[in-house]
Amino acid sequence: MRERIRQYSRSAVFGLLSFFLLLPAALADWELNLMPGVTPISRDTYQLHMLIFWVCVAIAVVVFGVMFYSLYMFRRSRGAQPDTTMVHSTKMEIIWTIIPIVILVAMAIPAAESLIKIEDTRAPDITIKVTGYQWKWHYEYLGRPDDPFVQSNFGFFSNIDAVSNAARQVGSGVDVYQIENYLRDVDRRVIVPVNKKVRILLTSNDVLHAWWVPELGGKRDAIPGFVNEMWFQAEETGVYRGQCAELCGRDHGFMPIVVEVQPEDEFAAWVAANGGAAGGGVADVPGGSQAATASAGGAAGGAGSSAAVDMDMSMDELMSRGESAYLTNCSACHQPNGQGLEVGGFPALAGSAIATGPVDGHIGQLLNGVPGTAMASFAYLSDADIAAIITYERNAWGNDTGDIVQPADVKAAR
Amino acid sequence: MSTATDAHHDEHHDAPSGWRRWVFATNHKDIGTMYLVFALTLFFVGGAMAMVIRAELFQPGLQFVDPGFFNQMTTMHALMMIFGAVMPAFVGLANWMVPLMVGAPDMALPRMNNWSFWILPVAFGLLLSTLFVSGGAPAAGWTMYPPLVLQTGDAFPFLIFSVHLMGMSSIMGAINIVVTIMNMRAPGMGLLKMPLFVWTWLITAYLLILAMPVLAGAVTMLLTDEYFGTSFFNAGGGGDPLMFQHVFWFFGHPEVYIMILPAFGIVSQIIPTFARKPLFGYDSMVYATASIAFLSFIVWAHHMFTVGMPLAGQLFFMFATMLIAVPTGVKVFNWMTTMWRGSMTFETPMLFAIGFVFLFTIGGFSGLMLGITPADFQYHDTYFVVAHFHYVLVPGAVFAIMAGVYYWLPKWTGHMYNEKLGKLHFWLSAIFVNVTFFPQHFLGLAGMPRRIPDYATQFADFNMVSSIGAFVFGASQLLFVYIIWSCVRGGEKASQQVWEGAEGLEWTVPSPAPHHTFEVAPEVK
Repeated sequence: MRERIRQYSRSAVFGLLSFFLLLPAALADWELNLMPGVTPISRDTYQLHMLIFWVCVAIAVVVFGVMFYSLYMFRRSRGAQPDTTMVHSTKMEIIWTIIPIVILVAMAIPAAESLIKIEDTRAPDITIKVTGYQWKWHYEYLGRPDDPFVQSNFGFFSNIDAVSNAARQVGSGVDVYQIENYLRDVDRRVIVPVNKKVRILLTSNDVLHAWWVPELGGKRDAIPGFVNEMWFQAEETGVYRGQCAELCGRDHGFMPIVVEVQPEDEFAAWVAANGGAAGGGVADVPGGSQAATASAGGAAGGAGSSAAVDMDMSMDELMSRGESAYLTNCSACHQPNGQGLEVGGFPALAGSAIATGPVDGHIGQLLNGVPGTAMASFAYLSDADIAAIITYERNAWGNDTGDIVQPADVKAAR
Repeated sequence: MSTATDAHHDEHHDAPSGWRRWVFATNHKDIGTMYLVFALTLFFVGGAMAMVIRAELFQPGLQFVDPGFFNQMTTMHALMMIFGAVMPAFVGLANWMVPLMVGAPDMALPRMNNWSFWILPVAFGLLLSTLFVSGGAPAAGWTMYPPLVLQTGDAFPFLIFSVHLMGMSSIMGAINIVVTIMNMRAPGMGLLKMPLFVWTWLITAYLLILAMPVLAGAVTMLLTDEYFGTSFFNAGGGGDPLMFQHVFWFFGHPEVYIMILPAFGIVSQIIPTFARKPLFGYDSMVYATASIAFLSFIVWAHHMFTVGMPLAGQLFFMFATMLIAVPTGVKVFNWMTTMWRGSMTFETPMLFAIGFVFLFTIGGFSGLMLGITPADFQYHDTYFVVAHFHYVLVPGAVFAIMAGVYYWLPKWTGHMYNEKLGKLHFWLSAIFVNVTFFPQHFLGLAGMPRRIPDYATQFADFNMVSSIGAFVFGASQLLFVYIIWSCVRGGEKASQQVWEGAEGLEWTVPSPAPHHTFEVAPEVK
């Protein structure tokens, strides 16, 4: 009997061991450590992190070893007699001041070297200006006519993907485990070439945000009125995910960042498709579809759909475009059903004075925002998007005003 | 040593009774009690908010609260715990113990003492009332960074006003403590003969007097930016949003030492008592405390390495920050050496003190890691930081306060608390504080930002562990209330000395300490 118990327990231990050793995939959810990442800086940082970690472990073993030895050896229940003469020793105090200083200097040297590298943003191959908005990112690729990669500027907004966005609403009833990359996917990815120095210029349109993709290393705040710099050079192609790291209001947790590192030729094709190559003329690529961006080739289309800006749009067109633009830009606060959120002080739009009152006031609200509240200016959206959103808001949820707002009306009000 | 303290002295000074005793209180012991009860109350209010946070984070997906309300909870939890629980608890301990330890009959400025306490319930009443105003409570984090904080709804002026009130209370309390220590020490008690708790509070009081007005200035600038059209922090008007962070952390970094130096003092009283051996290296403990206090004023920008400072600035703040490890290490080594060749017993205060040394040191290690700027870029604003500061504030500051309460409770009430329950309270707290906060290191390293109401599914397992730890830790604190309550109600009579190895003037007065003590100053040799 005893032998059998021993056998069982032995096989249980072996089973457990092999589970932990042979199935690293099963451990994915119990991630313990920093990722080494795919850039020189992230690897540097990882080395530095492990160095300090082991120094701390070594100190802990010594100090706690002494402590637990004392706790065991010098108990009164073991008959320990206190040595009350032990009150001071200049020699020992000098020793335990000097040794930590030496250890600190030894750590400070590689840390300073690494920091100097991190701050060297000179001579980039690509420069992307990143602007934080509540609660999305805008990416603008900065081009020069003689630049090998990007000859003319182009840009786009990057929002959380629609599937995660629907699932993360309170009481949505969606099993988030069924969603691949829940809260970690976007409608449009940032595409960069492999092995090239990418400089990120960071600023913000409203409050503080912070741009952070752990595997690329580094982290910088996006601050309104300031331009911060950081850089990375990814040495492996792939998709790297991160998110906003600075509390930026209600939807701070829903501002993912997805960077896709591609081979040079695929990147060049993507730039051309988005109007960044020589002769390209599209300033801001309107919101592409999820499918287009997620395609492995990454050659997202969608550049053509901005042609209608100056033309009159039909009611149906405005309503369908308005609904999707509303869900992307407005529903976080005012809710998909237009009921607003009392707890956050976000008014309902259904039946509201703004959405059913004069059209001019409604346009003004979107273009100028409401100072001192979370209602920011949405003037950065295209005329067509603003017109569509307003038309949608004036005709959805029983507002039924029948008003149609055209892009030209918005243009006139700017 | 004569103390001239007799219980029957009480009746001679028509001490007010009933509610007047408390509302008009000028006696340091009554005010100390009120501070401690207030702190314990807010510890539970702030704790309830933490339970809301951990319930929402129990599993991925939003189950219970709106993300905006989640932000209100994180913000209010921090404000309640820092300004409502930890700081008033230390002031309460100072009110009770500093006069007893220096042989003074009362605090130097008893009426101001009453005022500085009663401001607090008003301040926190105002702050809590914002949960019911339009737009909800403040949700921009306890750091109140603009421009986000300027989006606060009707709660904004309440927030600023209550921060001002808390600051006034702290400054008045600090002035009182400085004046008491400087002027009312018993004859013969030179500065370098003061108990370490008194020393650490003297230094803390100076930190408060230097740091709190800076916070007042920062929030006043927020107020004028919001209502009077100034642009201190608005780049569009020529201001600088970063200036707020510099000013705030010039207050905020010393603030974290305001919340830990008195804890060092408490632990330095308790360990020698239960090791039955004098504190090792008293002088260097005092110098280390003073060095930490000085350094705390020149390292503020390590809270903001990611804002894009010049390289030279980052290097300076990195080196200065790392330097703090030296005096802090000296303190830990001195506590270890005090235990070395002692004769230790492990009553509840000693358990909490040892738990403090062990777990605070772990918090110190993660602090050292955070000081390395390139690594900080990865750790900043993640759960690694949350784990770090909870290690120094919960098993750090809060454990030290609990150690102090168990240590001095018999002196306050005249009864011994229930030792068995006390030990149970310690073990539950010590185990589950680790279950709560240790996994948060892993979450942060794996890439989970702080202050998010929902997270990607790969963070689910450790969050569930952390939440379970938090619920049990929270529930165990009800035991603490029960132990205190039953100790106040009765129990084994405590002797004057209470603890066999205890030394100091507070152990020369009867237990419970009578309403008036040291009417004739004791002589210290």
